[in-house]
Amino acid sequence: MAMRQKVLVLYLKNSALDSPVLAWAEYDGTGETLRMAGDADTPPYASGLAALKDGWRLFQASQLLPHARGEELDLAYLKYEFFFEQLVEVKA
Amino acid sequence: MNEPILLTSPQVASFVARGFLRFDAAVPAEINAQFMAEAGQVGPSDGARLSKVLGDTLAESRIPEVPAGTPLRDAYPPGSAVARLLDLPLVRGVLKSLLGEAPVFDHHFLHVTFPPRFHAAAGAENVSQHTHQDSTIDPRPQAFDVQMMYYPHAVTKAMGGTRFVPGTHLRKVSEVALGRYQNIVGQQHVVCEAGTLLFLHHGIWHGGGVNLSDDVRYMFKIRLHASGSQARGWNLGDLPQRNAQRAIFFRKSPVEQGTVETILTTAEPWFEQDTGRLEYVNRIKLWRYLTEDASYDADYWLTRLEHSARTAAA
Repeated sequence: MAMRQKVLVLYLKNSALDSPVLAWAEYDGTGETLRMAGDADTPPYASGLAALKDGWRLFQASQLLPHARGEELDLAYLKYEFFFEQLVEVKA
Repeated sequence: MNEPILLTSPQVASFVARGFLRFDAAVPAEINAQFMAEAGQVGPSDGARLSKVLGDTLAESRIPEVPAGTPLRDAYPPGSAVARLLDLPLVRGVLKSLLGEAPVFDHHFLHVTFPPRFHAAAGAENVSQHTHQDSTIDPRPQAFDVQMMYYPHAVTKAMGGTRFVPGTHLRKVSEVALGRYQNIVGQQHVVCEAGTLLFLHHGIWHGGGVNLSDDVRYMFKIRLHASGSQARGWNLGDLPQRNAQRAIFFRKSPVEQGTVETILTTAEPWFEQDTGRLEYVNRIKLWRYLTEDASYDADYWLTRLEHSARTAAA
């Protein structure tokens, strides 16, 4: 048996892990499923906490960074990004 | 010649807030049929690389190559399907409303999305396009280009259609750097009748959907920019002389729907709790640009910040 990683990325409404999911991505290292842009309109979980309760392990969260002076009103990427993983056994 | 059908103030406010205007089945069937005849037919799925199949289609197409920077009025041969499309009162009205007089051609492209048999024959994976913002980082604070997306035939759900996320257009990002966002709440998929037009702010996040049907999907895009002022080009008859501030937060009745202020301060489902308010601020700045009214505000979002700045400077 070998281990493969499944990755879930959630973008939340604020920095709290129990806030609602606004955007998401899934990558399946087992190759059993293929996820892609635009393939679902409903989030897989209501919040980051709901993903934890379903067995996903959080391994990275975006930092809270101060806003550069003069650029306080500028917007770019989604701020509240959380990476989760599941390790799955597959036949080698 | 029929007069252009100019946009109303609520329509322009909606474009400012959401970054798009959609007109279903707006192009007559006769022009759609002419376009399909002129666009160029896709060859058989014989295993050639899809980039070659597309290249062959473009080579055969009667849509001309057009140098960037050409005045739009000179871009297409008179009587061609695209020239007739651009001459529709609705199209002339939308472009005049958002870009002013004499818009300029940037580029166009015939987007062809292949059904599964083409990918299978070529040994290529059939997946959707990553979500992106066109071109590159665009640091212009308010000026914008318009991308007209033309759907010359009906697009079914299985065909994928263009995916876009309303309200993302004011974010300054670097093209497909946002490709990690597979799905965003509130995203829309263009499933439509033939002859549908979508006018997009250049900054809106979008991508082509995967085609799971048996048919080739076509979409024709033209990017345009202004040659002069973009301000006050629409039908200003419904624009109040002066906007009056209204009560905010503590209200005893719901806000009036359909007003510019309500449109500019309506959240999208994907808005973060804090930066959603900054989206309002940036929408108001764009409305100021288009109305040439530097004092305009909705629900005090900018007045509050400017008042504090004056106090600090005193």
